[in-house]
Amino acid sequence: MSVLLDIAGLKRHFGGLWATNGVDLAVREGEIHALIGPNGAGKTTLIHLISGALAPDAGRILFDGADVARLPMHARVARGIARSHQITQVFPSLSLLENLRLAVQSRTRDWGSSFQFWRPASADFRMIEEAEDWLGRVGLAEQAGTPAKDVSHGEQRALELAMALATRPRLLLLDEPMAGMGPEESAHMARLIAALKGEQTVLLVEHDMDIVFRLADRVAVLVAGRIIVSDTPAAVRDHPEVRRAYLGDELP
Amino acid sequence: MSHMRRADLFELAALGAAVLLPLALQAMGEEFYIGFAARLLIFALAATSLNFVVGYGGMIAFGHAAFFGGGAYVVALAMQAELFAAWLVWPLAALGTALAALAIGALSLRTRGVYFIMITLAFAQMIYYTVISLKFAGGDDGLPLPQRSTLAPLDLADDRVLYWVALALLAAGLYALKRLAASRYGRALAGLRQNEARMEALGYPVARLKLVCFVAGAAVAGLAGALLANQNGLASPTQLYWTQSGMLLVMVILGGVGQRYGGVLGAIALLGLEEALGRVTEHSHFYVGFALLAVVLWAPRGLAGLLEPGKRRQ
Repeated sequence: MSVLLDIAGLKRHFGGLWATNGVDLAVREGEIHALIGPNGAGKTTLIHLISGALAPDAGRILFDGADVARLPMHARVARGIARSHQITQVFPSLSLLENLRLAVQSRTRDWGSSFQFWRPASADFRMIEEAEDWLGRVGLAEQAGTPAKDVSHGEQRALELAMALATRPRLLLLDEPMAGMGPEESAHMARLIAALKGEQTVLLVEHDMDIVFRLADRVAVLVAGRIIVSDTPAAVRDHPEVRRAYLGDELP
Repeated sequence: MSHMRRADLFELAALGAAVLLPLALQAMGEEFYIGFAARLLIFALAATSLNFVVGYGGMIAFGHAAFFGGGAYVVALAMQAELFAAWLVWPLAALGTALAALAIGALSLRTRGVYFIMITLAFAQMIYYTVISLKFAGGDDGLPLPQRSTLAPLDLADDRVLYWVALALLAAGLYALKRLAASRYGRALAGLRQNEARMEALGYPVARLKLVCFVAGAAVAGLAGALLANQNGLASPTQLYWTQSGMLLVMVILGGVGQRYGGVLGAIALLGLEEALGRVTEHSHFYVGFALLAVVLWAPRGLAGLLEPGKRRQ
């Protein structure tokens, strides 16, 4: 498998704290690559740096061979990097269908740009159909007309996953997709992510070690702003430094 | 067109009544009010343009007077250069204010919330103080217009004609707003109002989307300003002053932020209230303040929201 995302020497500091302190990480095409690490290790900062929400102080982010480290976020999305957020980010008053339609509209520039001022957006049935299709895939077809703020937290997270997928990313960044979910909702989300296995390249930040070791093809461990190991789940589990970082009791 | 909705019929009836209004006023011998009605329409257009920026684009701009007044000065200055043709000068007013908004917006839109309010206010005040210090722009007194713009074969010197022209432009603006709201661009703005971070993460060029909205709103305000200069016979510095920006914002809030008819209803309510109260009390502003407070407390979607119960803005 070829390397899709190749990060080298990536650094970012906040005041005196180096949240990202020389990260090297390679994500291969088609794999689910989990990113784990203790609280405050810099996982979300790393996701922000890859997606473009934050600019790095040093280092490079090669995506499909080109350095995207200085590109604005929308340019990275256009190249195929999409993300979901740790704290749910949807359009609360818009219906689930409209939420997804906006995601599809962003991607399908060849169907018409977002600077089209006159023609009704609803005239484009392809967008509606595709939006409905995505809703169906995450099990939300029946609530298509419901405003996003009126569905459950788990459903909002599923909606956000569908929105990220609807941009048809080559790399999907998932920042704690199960955060704040009950066991049933978590299981549903785990199934949705498992369904991506082999088809979608994913960089997954997750605290639930059961899910990480079940879903991931490879696991990277971030401690104090550095990746200390990036390998198969079995190799990572037995790695002495990882055991030390986690005090030996969290890993299955 | 066999399935016209009731709202469309209502709209058409209102437009018909508005077209006939000058003739009715004439028949009643109240010609004075034709000019007042034209003023209402012009302010309605200006308030609608601000509502586009505030209610549709989600940007609380506190410097709209710069563009409203700016359009008036373009007309007055063009007349000093012997340019009277409306078909040339009015688009020029819109273009000039659009260019000013492009510069102001590009800088201001780097900020958010209160900072955006303050910086748009600061730019507008800068323009105000610059204009009143310029001798050729008439300083504190403003620039009187030697005549109204020419728009052959129409005679704009006739108050009724100016009224109808303002009405046509307002109707066109409101129709454009309807199309715009339903377009891809309008849907993108709806997303922006609710969650800018998500729009960015979906790959939208957020800064450009907002700038286009800001500039378009300014251009229409410039056009309204060109109309007002003709109506007043003067490009006045008070039209550039921050109180004018505040008045337009009050109209938008009264009428309904993000409601298509918000600017129109707000302009009619505010100017109508001032006119009516002005005959019985010297303290009309006091009562207008009360009306505003009542709307904010009990009708957060404004007068337009009251007229459309049950219909929610997306």
